[in-house]
Amino acid sequence: MSNVTTASTKEAKWWNGGKSPFDVEYGKVMMWYFLMSDAFTFGAFLISYGTVRFSTNGWPDPNLVFKSFPFAPEGVNAPLVFVSIMTFILIVSSVTMVLAVHAGKMMDKKGVVKYMIWTIIGGIAFLSCQAWEWNHLHHEGAWWGRNPFMNADGTASTSNFTNFFFTITGFHGFHVFSGVVINIVMLIMTLMDKFEQRGHYLMIEKAGLYWHFVDLVWVFVFTCFYLL
Amino acid sequence: MSQDTHAEHHDVIAEIKKVTIILSVLTIVELILGFWMIGITSEGLRLAIKGVIVILMMAKAFYIVAYFMHLKHELKNLIMTIVVPLALFIWFIIAFLADGNSFKNLRNNYDPYFKEQATIKAEKKEHGAHGATPSSHEKGASNEGEHKTKEGHK
Repeated sequence: MSNVTTASTKEAKWWNGGKSPFDVEYGKVMMWYFLMSDAFTFGAFLISYGTVRFSTNGWPDPNLVFKSFPFAPEGVNAPLVFVSIMTFILIVSSVTMVLAVHAGKMMDKKGVVKYMIWTIIGGIAFLSCQAWEWNHLHHEGAWWGRNPFMNADGTASTSNFTNFFFTITGFHGFHVFSGVVINIVMLIMTLMDKFEQRGHYLMIEKAGLYWHFVDLVWVFVFTCFYLL
Repeated sequence: MSQDTHAEHHDVIAEIKKVTIILSVLTIVELILGFWMIGITSEGLRLAIKGVIVILMMAKAFYIVAYFMHLKHELKNLIMTIVVPLALFIWFIIAFLADGNSFKNLRNNYDPYFKEQATIKAEKKEHGAHGATPSSHEKGASNEGEHKTKEGHK
């Protein structure tokens, strides 16, 4: 770590050969490139959602659509409450992931195990929340191709709203699911002392990058569907 | 050496704490704005609040990428390789949203059916209400009526 800082302050000539110009290992650069391509995929989804919404006269009011809460009575009106809990679950799991990465840098196996378990729990909690919400909306009659919610101004709406909602939150949920699987694999590898044998926990950093990206995408999805 | 890493450890933990607090505060402000917006009917004010929410969203994205994903502490070479291609989004967003908006205006001007659809009120439906009858005057509403009756039998 201290080597890196001294090298970069000396205005080193990074492109003259003999050293890695990015000064990170191959796998991490490739993870960044993958995440960049994934950012374009999500960006394409969200921009197409925005384009269709801009080209339509009316749109359902998210505060009337997403107003229920698990175990609450039928007619409860609690807009934004459930989704804010989901958001905080994901932020907290991102924080525990940073702590796991940091513990890995300190070669602290116990810390890595502890924080990876918390991160996995956070991911599963988020997926459970999403499963509940999808199930609830499905019972209200919303699915791909059908939209029981009317526009905010009381006019009839199209199924564009539900199509985009289920496609984009579904794609994000699939990323969360993959992230949880990756994190479980990382936890097992840590418990098997794989990283102790290698002498570094770089794999945890790469899994961490992916997990933070999932959190990052949720920031955009949450804002675009529930707030705007 | 060990003292060095010890001090570094505290710095990192302090930074994580700071960023966690910033992200939580930004989210809470977003939610407060969201709740506030529920009661507001003025289009201009709603648009202004939405603008603020988007700025807060970008701030959250910055903190996650810069600190949690550690990009701020990487070499400038890597930062530029990642950030510069993403600048394409600026053009994507402006171009596509403007296109969508223009399509809406064109259809409102030249397609009377499209404009008429936006004025027909849908029937008010209470959740779980039985016996919602399919209405005959409008296609969209009649489809919705069918779903509602299906729901009622569940």
